[in-house]
Formats: sequence, structure tokens, C-alpha cells
Amino acid sequence: MNSRPFDVLIVGAGPAGLAAARRAGECGKTVAIIDDNPAPGGQIWRSLELPVWSRQSRVTHFAGTRVVAAPRPNCLAVETADDAFDLSWRSLVLATGARERFLPFPGWTLPHVTGAGGLQALAKSGLPVAGKRVVIAGSGPLLLAVAKYLKDHGARVSAIAEQADLSSLRRFAVGLAAHPGKLMQAVGLRAGLRGIPYLTGCWPVGAEIGTVTLRRGAKTWTEACDYLACGFGLIPNLELAALLGCRLGDAGVEVDNDQRTSEPGIFAAGEITGIGGLELSLAEGEIAGYAAAGKPEAAGRSRRARASARRFAAGMDRAFALRAELKSIADDATLICRCEDVPLGRLRHYSAWREAKLHTRCGMGACQGRVCGGAASFLLGWKVESARPPVFPARVGSLK
Amino acid sequence: MTVTVNGRPVEVADGAMVSAAVAIAGAPFFRRSVTGEPRAPLCGMGICFECRVTVNGRLHVRGCQTPCEPGMEIRTDE
Repeated sequence: MNSRPFDVLIVGAGPAGLAAARRAGECGKTVAIIDDNPAPGGQIWRSLELPVWSRQSRVTHFAGTRVVAAPRPNCLAVETADDAFDLSWRSLVLATGARERFLPFPGWTLPHVTGAGGLQALAKSGLPVAGKRVVIAGSGPLLLAVAKYLKDHGARVSAIAEQADLSSLRRFAVGLAAHPGKLMQAVGLRAGLRGIPYLTGCWPVGAEIGTVTLRRGAKTWTEACDYLACGFGLIPNLELAALLGCRLGDAGVEVDNDQRTSEPGIFAAGEITGIGGLELSLAEGEIAGYAAAGKPEAAGRSRRARASARRFAAGMDRAFALRAELKSIADDATLICRCEDVPLGRLRHYSAWREAKLHTRCGMGACQGRVCGGAASFLLGWKVESARPPVFPARVGSLK
Repeated sequence: MTVTVNGRPVEVADGAMVSAAVAIAGAPFFRRSVTGEPRAPLCGMGICFECRVTVNGRLHVRGCQTPCEPGMEIRTDE
């Protein structure tokens, strides 16, 4: 099959991928960005118009396009809704971003239970939330941003349940003083959320149709809700990096000072190198873009921004660390794998992810472990690695 | 624009995704799981595959990643 050649091919059109595209384009390279979503921007800048610079430089955007496999070196096989083709590259920048971590509890598979960022994404896609009663639960600053968005769009947010304790958030807030921009952002968010209870040390223990049961200290109670929006932080999308053989560390893809992975010609930027937020993604994307274009020395300013953003990310990570009690909110009947409907009780017979997959089909359905993998690694301490083509379920015609 | 969900016409805004049309139509769920549980979108970003529906006869289309088009025929599991 013919393949279209590019100097720099970027996977993911979120902040990191777009920053990389911009810098590589400025260096005079031919650049293409692939993204699974119908519009660029990633989850944070969903449905962005491609900025002016992308028209001035030579950036080709393949929207609604997902990577299926890496059929040979320096080449990716991709598919769209009705086509399949190959793209070849001299440098490849992986900027595949992150997804939410979902922790199972009794009732979490009911239709009114969504992700936290998930409900925001659905609302941005046209799901009506005005007048809907919403409980937001889980962990991390995303819960606040989601609450603000939903409130601004007419939802009645009755509570935000944050599993982290107030004491650890206070320590983090003191540290924010070293990052004035972040502090202003946090203050602005709080002001926008006036009237919505922010319950720290609180988490969901169950849901039934139209309700959620929350626990805080010794108190357990049930709230009615049209939607329960629930997310326990973010985890990196490592499938493609793993398929390409990039070395993975505890936080994500391992990179050097120029965002180079262990594989020649392959760079990684943004959340896949470790969850760090928007500023870190932008800085890493710029460095990766310059480095992929052969001009890593041009990235001086971004390197300083990256160092500062990494310190901030480390503080955030400590503040919102998941509490051990969350490991016991799923019971033996609670489904862990939603694709193959495998309950926790069946997984307890096995000691590792691969063994559990072979015996129960856990992680072998359509999502390929993207949802249950994050849960299994937290609940059972399993190292979850799954990297074989196709990276996403693909049509037979797209496979060669 | 108008699309149909399980044969019923639904009005959606330009740029709305299939997942929004299904919700606006009031369908109680999107798909049935392998053991028959009713399911609806979880992640909203193309990862979880809980939003799968049939679009213009094509099976297993992710509703949250597919923009509505005028006259589109959307079917959920029943």
C-alpha cells in the first residue's frame, strides 16, 4: 500500500501534539497530526478551530483517524470511518494524552453513572444538562472544573465528593503560592462554585437507579441524581507507546531531556510521560516539536517552563493520592470489566493480569482493558500491559 | 437538523454527536452488555465503547465520537 510521507508525524491533537506541530512546522518540516476525535483540541480544548499558524505552516490534520498498527518501521497504519491508509515518518511524536481512572463500586455500570470529565465531554457534545441534578465524585482538580462547566450550563450540582482529605489539600494550597497563576485559577474556580458543597474525605460507595450513596467519616447517606459523574484522577494512554516498544516507567513513557523515548526517532510529550496538566503538556510538546525537527537547542524557554510545571505536578500528585479505603468499595459481585462483564470475585482467583485475562476474558473486550486496566492496577496491584495490534478495534479491511 | 433515534425524529444542534441525539430522544440506554445489562456512555471520549449504537445500518459505531448528520438513522439496543 502507498504511504504518505511526513518529516514529523504527531499522534494526538491536544495541547502537547498541537504545540509540537507548531514548533516542528516553524522549523520548516512537513508535519501531520492524527487524532481520533472529529475535531482538534484534545479533551481540554475540545472542538478547536485549527489555529492560524497551522494554515501558514505545512501541517496536515487527519481528524477522526485512529492508529491501528505499526506494520513496519517508521510507518503507522490508520483508519477513518470509511478508509484505511499508511502514514510514514522520519520523526514520530506521541501525544496520546490521558483518560480518566474509573474505580468500580456497586452500581457503577448503571446508565446514569458517567465519568467526571466524561459528563463534561458529553455535555460539550450536545448532551443537555440544564436542570439536571448532578453529583460529582472522585478525585482531583478536574472535579472542580467539571462542576464549574456543568453549573454554567444550567445543571444543578448538588455536591462534589473529593476522596482526598482536607489536610492534604491544605498543604497543597500553601504550595500553590509558589505558582501564582495556578493560585488565581484556583481562587477563580472556588468563586465560580459558590453554593456547591465541596466535601473532602468523601467518596461514593454505591449507586442505584437515580441515586448515589456517599460516605464521609462515619456518615453514609443517599442523594438523588440524574447523573453521577465520577472520576478518580487521570491515567496516561500508553497503548501505542507500548506497541512501538517505548520503555515505560511508573508514571508513563520514559523520556530524556529532549522528550526522546527509548526508541530511535520516537518522542513523547504531554500526559503520556506522566500526568502533569496543561502547562506541562505545552512545554513538553514544544520541546518534542523542536527536537523532532532536529533543533532541540531552540527549546530553552520551554525547558524552564517544564521544570516549573513538573514541580507543580508532583505536589498535585501527593495532594490527591488515592486512599486505601477505595480498594474496598467494590464487592465480589461488582463488575470490573464492563466489556466482558467480569466481577471482582472471579479475578480474586488469579495473581496477575495476563492469567486473569486468559481465564476470565477480563480486559479482552472492545475497550481492550482501557477501563478495567486502571481499576485492576489500583485494586489488585497488577501491572497492566496490553500492547498488540490492532491498538483499537479495527475493521478487517483495515488490517493487512 | 433532524435525525431519527429508533425511528423517532429528534432535533439536534449543529455539531451535536450521536450520543447527544440518543440522550435527547430519551432512550433509557445505548447498548446491552454481554449479560444483558443496560449501558450508556461512561468516558465521553472514545475509550470505553459503552456508547456503541447502530448508525445508518453500520454496527458498533461509537456515538460519542460520531457527529450527527441530517437524516441519520440511529438505533440503540432494545
